[in-house]
Amino acid sequence: MSDTTKQAPSPADVASLARPRPAAEAKAVPTAGVVTPVLEVTGAQALVLSLEAIGCDTVFGIPGGAILPAYDPMLDSKKVRHILVRHEQGAGHAAEGYASATGKVGVCMATSGPGATNLVTPLADAHMDSVPVVAITGQVASAAIGTDAFQEADIRGITMPITKHNYLVTDPAKIPQAIAEAFHVASTGRPGPVLVDISKDALQAMTTFSWPPQIDLPGYRPVLRPHGKQIREASRLMAAAKQPILYVGGGVVRAKASEALRRLVELTGIPVVTTLMARGTVPDSEPLNLGMPGMHGTVAAVTGLQKSDLIIALGARFDDRVTGQLSRFAPDAKVIHADIDPAEISKNRLADVPIVGDVGEVIKDLIEQVTLDRAADDAASGWDYAAWRERVAGWKETFPLGWTDSEDGTLSPQYVIERIGALTGPEATYVAGVGQHQMWAAQFVQYERPNAWLNSGGLGTMGYSVPAAMGAKVAEPERTVWAIDGDGCFQMTNQELATCVINDIPIKVAIINNSSLGMVRQWQTLFYDERYSNTNLQPLEQRVPDFVKLADAYGCLGLRAETPEEVDAAIKLALETNDRPVVIDFIVHRDAMVWPMVPAGVSNDMIQAARHEAPVWERED
Amino acid sequence: MSKHTLSVLVEDKPGVLTRVAALFSRRGFNINSLAVGPTELPDISRITVVVEVEGAALEQVTKQLNKLIEVLKVVELDAHASVQREILLVKVRADAATRSQVIDTIQLFKAKVVDVTTDAIVIEATGTSDKLRALLDVLEPFGIKELVQSGLVAVGRGSRSITDRSLRSA
Repeated sequence: MSDTTKQAPSPADVASLARPRPAAEAKAVPTAGVVTPVLEVTGAQALVLSLEAIGCDTVFGIPGGAILPAYDPMLDSKKVRHILVRHEQGAGHAAEGYASATGKVGVCMATSGPGATNLVTPLADAHMDSVPVVAITGQVASAAIGTDAFQEADIRGITMPITKHNYLVTDPAKIPQAIAEAFHVASTGRPGPVLVDISKDALQAMTTFSWPPQIDLPGYRPVLRPHGKQIREASRLMAAAKQPILYVGGGVVRAKASEALRRLVELTGIPVVTTLMARGTVPDSEPLNLGMPGMHGTVAAVTGLQKSDLIIALGARFDDRVTGQLSRFAPDAKVIHADIDPAEISKNRLADVPIVGDVGEVIKDLIEQVTLDRAADDAASGWDYAAWRERVAGWKETFPLGWTDSEDGTLSPQYVIERIGALTGPEATYVAGVGQHQMWAAQFVQYERPNAWLNSGGLGTMGYSVPAAMGAKVAEPERTVWAIDGDGCFQMTNQELATCVINDIPIKVAIINNSSLGMVRQWQTLFYDERYSNTNLQPLEQRVPDFVKLADAYGCLGLRAETPEEVDAAIKLALETNDRPVVIDFIVHRDAMVWPMVPAGVSNDMIQAARHEAPVWERED
Repeated sequence: MSKHTLSVLVEDKPGVLTRVAALFSRRGFNINSLAVGPTELPDISRITVVVEVEGAALEQVTKQLNKLIEVLKVVELDAHASVQREILLVKVRADAATRSQVIDTIQLFKAKVVDVTTDAIVIEATGTSDKLRALLDVLEPFGIKELVQSGLVAVGRGSRSITDRSLRSA
C-alpha cells in the first residue's frame, strides 16, 4: 500500500465531519444525513466512505485479489462492521437475512471471479423474493478486462437477469454515485438486489470524494401513488362482492404495510390468505386469517380462493405454487390486483382492476374509499359477507392443519417445529431452508408479526437458512433467531457456524433430520412408486456426519433429541444458551409427509387434506 | 402471430443492448428484427425492435422493458401511423448480357446500383419488408450471390416526436 493511501483521511476521520443535511434535499438521495467536503482519497476509501455515508453498518464478505484494496480502509472504519464469512454464498444469504428481518439494505462483498460467481445464488434468490441487497465485487484491473485474466468473470453480464440493476465501475470518481444509486434502486420501488462491480485499478487510483453524489436515473421512476379511479373501482367491486378474499403476498411485508392491512381486514371483515412470503403479515390469531394458500396451503385458504367471487391481491404475484393449474384457478373470481411492479399485474392472471402503487398507499386509499362508500350506501346495497365468512370458518374448523404420528413412536417433524414455535413465541425470528421442513415451519409456527418468518420462497434455495439466520441475528441481536433447517439444506451452508461462533452471533439451529432429501422423497413416494433414487442421505449405519460432534467441533452447543420427551428439554436448553450458537439434531421419522397437498399442475380443486383424503364438500360446492 | 414494432429509447450506456436483447430471450419472446442507433439527443439511443407477440404478451414485453433502469421510454409504432424502412444490399450475378436487364428491373423498385464488376453488381434498396421481398423475388432468377439486410427502423408520422415529452423529469 502506497504512502499516499496512508496519508489520506481514514473513514473514521471523515465520519466525524458528518453533519445533518437540510431536510428538503435529503429526500432525493438516500443518505444517512451526511454531507462531506471534497476529499482526496483512493477509490477504495471512496467506497468505504460511501458505505458509511449511506448508513450501512454491516458488510458480510470475503476478501481476495481484486477487492483487496477495499479491505484496507475497511479495517479503519468505525461505522461499518465487516463480518468475515466462510463462503460468499453465506455472505449473500446473510445480507438477505439482514435485509428481510429489518427492511434495511443488506450488503455483501466478494472478490472477482469465483468470489463473485459464488454470489450468484443469493442474488437470484433476492431477485425472486424482492430483497433489498447490494453486492459489491472486485473486478480485475480495467486494462485486463476481456483478456481472460486470472480470476476474471463477467459478473455484470452473469448477473444481468438476476439483479434489479448492476454496474461495472472503472472510474474511481464514479464509485460514490454507483453506491448511492445501488442503494436507491435496491430499496425503492419493488426492492431487489443490485450489484456493483469495481475494477481493481479504480479502487487503487486517487480521486476526490464528496457526499452526497448526484443520482442520475432518468429511466427509474417507480409509481407509488395509486390511481384514484382504480381505487374507486376496487371499492365498487368490493361492495358488490358476496365472497371476497384478500390474497396477501410478500409485497405487504416489504412495504411495511401490515398495520394498514390489519385495519382493512378489521374494517371490511373480508377473510385473508397469507402466502408463504407473507406469513405473519396478518396474525395467525386473527380468526379471518385462513393461513397459507397454494400447493401445501390450508384447505380453507385454497378453497377460499377457489370459491371466491372477488380476489383482492395485495403485493402478490399469482405464483404457480399458489394458483396450481392457472386456467382453473378461482374460476368465478374477479380480480383486483395491486402491486408496485406493473409487470406483475396481469402477468399470470388477468386483473379486472389493476392498481399500480406502493401497497401501503393502496391499502390506505382503499380504507378511505371503502369507509366513504359504505357510509354513502344504504344497508341493503352490499358490503355483507357474513354468509361467506361463516362458510369459510366452517372449512377452517373442519380441515385444520395436523399430522399423524408414526406408529413406531419416532419423532414427528411437525411436532418438533410446533414445539419450537410454542416455546419460543412470536417475537423470535424463524428462518427456514427449503423443503418439507420449510412447509412445516410455515404451517406449524404461529406467526403474529411481519418479518418473523424468513425463507427462500421464489427460488427455493436449499442452504438459505443458516446464513440468513446469521444475518437476521446480526441485524436484530436482541431477538431469538431460529434456523429451522433440514439435514440436506444444513450440509450446504453449515460452514457459517464458524462465522457465528467467532463473531458472537448466537443463532439456534434446529435440524429436522430425516436422513433424506425429504421433499424429493415425498414426491418419489407419491409419484414414482416409492423408488427412492438418490434421496437417502444416510445409507450407512453410523451418522455421517454426526451433527452433534460437528456442532461441538465448531464451538457450538450440540444437542440431540430422538423422542418426544427429549424435545422440550432440548429447546429449553437452547433458549437458555446465548453465549454461543446451538445446534439441535432432531431425529425425525422419514416417512412424514407435507399435507395438505395439491399435486403439481392440477386444479386447486384437487387438494388433498392428507394422503387419499380429499375434502368432501357440501352439495352446493 | 402478429408483428409489433416497438421503439425503445435507452440511455447510451455500455451493456444496454445486452440487457434488452437478453430480456427477450429470457422471457421467451421472439425478436423478428432489431436495429440500434443514435437519436437527435446526445446520450440517448433508440432501439427499434420487431416482435411476434399477441395482446397480453405484448403488454408484458413492454412492461418488462420499462423495468430496465436504462430504458427511458417504450412506444409501439402502428404500421399505418409510422414510416418503416429496412435497407438491403444484394450482390447479384450480372454480366454484359444480363446487366441492363437487372438494372431495368431494379429501377421499378427505385433501387440503386452501388458497385459494378464484370460478373456482378451490388444493389442498394430501402423500403418496407414487403417491398424488399418483392425485389428479391425478381432478382432471384439472375442469381443472388450475397445478401445483407438491416433491422427495421421506424418513425411516427406527423410533427410529434417520441422524445418530446420530458424524458429527464426524474
